[in-house]
Amino acid sequence: MNITLKIWRQKNKEDKGKFVTYKLNNVSTEMTFLEMLDYLNEKLIKEDQDPVAFDSDCREGICGSCGLYINGRPNGPQKSVTTCQLSMSVFKDGDTITVEPWRSKAFPVIKDLVVDRTAFDKLIEAGGYISVNTGAAPEANSIPVKKHNADRAFEAGVCIGCGTCVAACKNASAMLFVSAKISQLALLPQGRVEAKERVRILVEKMDELGFGNCSNTGSCEAECPKDIKLVNIARLNREYYKAY
Amino acid sequence: MNKVIASSVSKKFVMALAGLFLLTFLPVHLGINLMLLKADPEPFNSAAHFMATFPLIKVVEIILILAFLVHIFTGIVVQIQNWLARPLRYRSGNKSETSFFSRFMIWTGGAIFIFLIIHFTNFYFIKLGFIEGDAEDFYSVAYQLFAIPGYNIFYWICFIVLGFHLYHAFTSAFQTLGLNHRIWTPIVNFIAVFYAILIPAGFVSIPLIIWLFK
Repeated sequence: MNITLKIWRQKNKEDKGKFVTYKLNNVSTEMTFLEMLDYLNEKLIKEDQDPVAFDSDCREGICGSCGLYINGRPNGPQKSVTTCQLSMSVFKDGDTITVEPWRSKAFPVIKDLVVDRTAFDKLIEAGGYISVNTGAAPEANSIPVKKHNADRAFEAGVCIGCGTCVAACKNASAMLFVSAKISQLALLPQGRVEAKERVRILVEKMDELGFGNCSNTGSCEAECPKDIKLVNIARLNREYYKAY
Repeated sequence: MNKVIASSVSKKFVMALAGLFLLTFLPVHLGINLMLLKADPEPFNSAAHFMATFPLIKVVEIILILAFLVHIFTGIVVQIQNWLARPLRYRSGNKSETSFFSRFMIWTGGAIFIFLIIHFTNFYFIKLGFIEGDAEDFYSVAYQLFAIPGYNIFYWICFIVLGFHLYHAFTSAFQTLGLNHRIWTPIVNFIAVFYAILIPAGFVSIPLIIWLFK
């Protein structure tokens, strides 16, 4: 199929940036979205043009490196997928596809579609851990964990820190990401010990990094490639009130 | 300590609590307004008089005004911070699924604020003695206002907008307070729909009934 791409090009942090239109022919529906961008870049390199910069690593939806704003939605029109898992089969011949970087004060654009997501690393450094050495795997039944809690912790633990929640939120809030980290640790006995300190530190850090406030719009949950739920945000709120 | 009070979660907590308090006041106000439908002005005027003079109500009234101010102040601060969190908007729009009414809370809130100022000018400031007028016969004042077609249309629009605000407010307040539950949250959401429809419908019905039948 033949498509038209409107891609955000920005030389560096200081550059104002603009959309550049590219026509791309013979795109296979079996390509992933990133393979299509590779295909475009090969063409640009052959034409002696600067290829489009974008992030990717595992390309199987587990590393959280990729992440593009496609046709007005993070990761494009398919539900519960990262950008690398997005298939070109969802587009039709003749489609125009608009591609932008994540836009948020906390995630500044480095070049083209690549944003600096160090803010998430700073959050994890600040409090997204437990400060004991876990050592070897303990005997499974030495600390009993309720099945319900283990399941909820696991559901929160699958967050890959891709930043989709921030990109989707009209307030560029990181509450879904932070609440996933809070829940994953607060629901398990190992993380419970430092739960109060952790929530205090993480909320303070989140505000300091310039993320917006949660206004319960639900777009983070709707767009999350790992289906992290809003109940985690309610749990974060509860944990925060308990911590004071 | 300042960081705790100013934190994103704390601000939302205060805004939600103030908002929930305001939600409890609306049915009381509606209950009194429904007395306007009686042909005799006495019940409405004496209820208004009671609300204006009973000491306990005076205390609640001060809390209510404070709740309004706190709710409006935190709402504006939160919104400004949210705008600043995304200095450059998406050029291709935002097509993500979202709770529809949550997108316009600052604007629906602003419209309600404008209504409140007009409402206060017509009634509350007269009662407080800030503006001259007959504080003893609000029944007649209400009837005079409802006789103006433009005021009626404005009144209806304001209450429809209030309904939009209330629907998101009701559900959102519980989530902000951390009250999200597998069984209770769907019930809260269900009540929110009823509340957001019935309260504005109740207020709107009064001038409508007066216009149609009186």
